[in-house]
Amino acid sequence: MRPFDYRRAGDVDEAIALMGTSPTARYLGGGTNLVDHMRLGLETPDLLVDVSRLPLADIEDLPDGGLRIGAAVRNSDLAADRRVRERYPALSRALLAGASGQLRNLATTGGNLLQRTRCPYFQDVTTPCNKREPGSGCSAIEGHSRNHAILGASDACVAVHPSDMAVGLLALDAVVRVHGPGGERTITIDDLHRLPGEHPERDTVLEPGELITAVDLPPTPFARRSTYRKVRERASFAFALVSVAAAVDLHEGRIADVRIACGGIAHKPWRARRAEEMLVSEVPDEALFERAARAELDEARALRDNGFKIPLLRHTMVATLRDLTLETS
Amino acid sequence: MEADITLVVDGERRSLTVDTRTSLLDALRDHLGVTSPKKGCDHGQCGACTVLLDGRRATTCLTFAVAQDGAEVITAVGLVTDGELHPVQEAFCENDAFQCGFCTPGQVCSVVGMLDELRAGHPSHVTADLTAEIGTDPAIEDDEIRERMSGNLCRCGAYGNILAAVRQVTSS
Repeated sequence: MRPFDYRRAGDVDEAIALMGTSPTARYLGGGTNLVDHMRLGLETPDLLVDVSRLPLADIEDLPDGGLRIGAAVRNSDLAADRRVRERYPALSRALLAGASGQLRNLATTGGNLLQRTRCPYFQDVTTPCNKREPGSGCSAIEGHSRNHAILGASDACVAVHPSDMAVGLLALDAVVRVHGPGGERTITIDDLHRLPGEHPERDTVLEPGELITAVDLPPTPFARRSTYRKVRERASFAFALVSVAAAVDLHEGRIADVRIACGGIAHKPWRARRAEEMLVSEVPDEALFERAARAELDEARALRDNGFKIPLLRHTMVATLRDLTLETS
Repeated sequence: MEADITLVVDGERRSLTVDTRTSLLDALRDHLGVTSPKKGCDHGQCGACTVLLDGRRATTCLTFAVAQDGAEVITAVGLVTDGELHPVQEAFCENDAFQCGFCTPGQVCSVVGMLDELRAGHPSHVTADLTAEIGTDPAIEDDEIRERMSGNLCRCGAYGNILAAVRQVTSS
């Protein structure tokens, strides 16, 4: 590992100022992804700015009835928070489906959003990878692609975003609060992560030096009827093959409103807007869910090894919607 | 680059100088001679390096020692008080919950942390009702124990007896 300097920031402004002193500096949260990447040689920062002890570890009620989650809140604390469990169960479920107890105790909200793909070629510095080394090529497109994208991929990159939490947040319409050299701004969770296009090296729209300080959840009352369903190779401590987070507003036997987000299938958490549009104002029914899922997957494209994800995601979407509507209405 | 840090390890205050690249695990093992936490994968996947870090179970391979300056670390050795084994350690012995023993210190620390999480009412991935009171039922189900312990691998496959050891602790 390359030598690096370490500074613990006292407040957000100091963190941003420290970050501005070096083009290769990185913010350090829980470290569960970054430390591994430094060990693997993927990341070679000359300065780590530790933001894990900034006063951003609270979960606060917002005046409008929503919640503000500090960027340094641990994944374990967020999953266990009584308000999240009652008002935003999809988020609690998504967090609990990720990593292990030990890692959730270290990992932070901001860091979870900014974790990078587990594409094995990205993590292996001896293989070409456009995300790690722009212009070097993609080893996965014609390589082992079982875990790769079926929607939104490009000729440059077929990696998937690994976060469960981000999929839960996407179905809850979360808003990310960011501080940077130019001040504060907000980004919807759907806009935070990018599709790869010609620039797979950029996972997000964050500018250099910008720091996630909080994630806001709007006061969506029907988020109480939300959940997260994850399908993986083993029962625990594995990344998603596919996953679905959904929230449904049922009114007089019809779907008044619905949010669906999918994980494990694209370079970013995937909002299933086409499926959502087909479901609104309809009477919940398994055949309807099937049609909506098929429509969402209309443009799905399989690589050599991941064709199974298309029916798997369809079934998972149907099952998730069924759980939220038919068995509880 | 070097840094002077202080750790409280198993009740003893220790000051040391570390290269910033040193993981907490390497600081414990190579600098302080505290070899109870083990280096298995060094990637956070096996759990052999688990300790209680400021009271919570955590892998020590994925955090830099310099970032834990001032922290309290309790290893499996530190769970022993006045020569008496911790109830979790007793249960591991009585249930033959290990074979080679390499993963055991991490398993033991993980169980202790996991039981604290249970007492604090934390749900898990397999908890059916997120709004229910967790941890009030002393005999938690095997599925809950397995799920909550999935961050600790045992290559000997002693899981059946590890499960029995945890069950003994939770039901006593």
